[in-house]
Amino acid sequence: MSTEFTPFASFLGGMFIGLAALILMAAHGRIAGISGIVSGWLTQYDDKTRVNTAFLVGILLGLPLFASVTEQTPVIDIDSSLTAMLIAGLMVGYGTVHGSGCTSGHGVCGISRVSARSLIATATFLLSGTVMIFISRHLVGGT
Amino acid sequence: MTNLLSAATSGLLFSIGLTVSGMINPAKVKNFLDVAGHWDPSLAFVMAGAILVTLPGYALLKKSSKPWFAPTFSWPTRQDVDAPLLTGAVLFGIGWALSGLCPGPAIAVLPTANPTVAGFAVTMALGMLIAHRQSRLNETIPR
Repeated sequence: MSTEFTPFASFLGGMFIGLAALILMAAHGRIAGISGIVSGWLTQYDDKTRVNTAFLVGILLGLPLFASVTEQTPVIDIDSSLTAMLIAGLMVGYGTVHGSGCTSGHGVCGISRVSARSLIATATFLLSGTVMIFISRHLVGGT
Repeated sequence: MTNLLSAATSGLLFSIGLTVSGMINPAKVKNFLDVAGHWDPSLAFVMAGAILVTLPGYALLKKSSKPWFAPTFSWPTRQDVDAPLLTGAVLFGIGWALSGLCPGPAIAVLPTANPTVAGFAVTMALGMLIAHRQSRLNETIPR
């Protein structure tokens, strides 16, 4: 299934994400890493919990607000089986906590701090993701 | 209260950014990783847009003494590239490619009540708890 190339919308959306990361750092001194915020929220109750909760409430409100203001239903196409999605969830959850970050924490915030550690992590998950898609779509077949 | 509003605003902008950019669409993410097939380079523009805002913004914030609502900035300090960073990133990349979801979009899409995404979010939380428990065990076992 092909998707439309959307450079302008994607760039604009990226700028929103960047602005969000800046606000969280300017206001609370915190990195906007979603895996860190979610796992922190799940595992410990401390001085960060209130900020984490407020941030996550904001995340949950974004899509409904966008949909109601623009009167558009955002496209969400999932072509993987439920089993694949459940296994993938486990890998994403385990991998992001074990590797101290995800697309936001390493990919956006880490690279913006000019951190070699985050740059290497980002290159690693981009590469393993690309290889995985190549294997599943072009070697084994499938979609 | 103002301080929690700023965290919620950050989350809201982040989520709107994910929606506008198309990152919440798993098909688009998978096509971004499918360089040999239906390649959709849009997500590179998300990253570019975000970093274009966050990188100079962080550089400015690094010169200021404290955040608005916290005693100190929590800039990450680790610079080492260790095995957990790489294995975690490899696993995350595979899960990301298998599903088309990373932690931010998985949470942002929850309000649509898509059962597959909800299932993904549950196993993602489980994976995070396993990785967290494992790192706690490693800390307490003397070596």
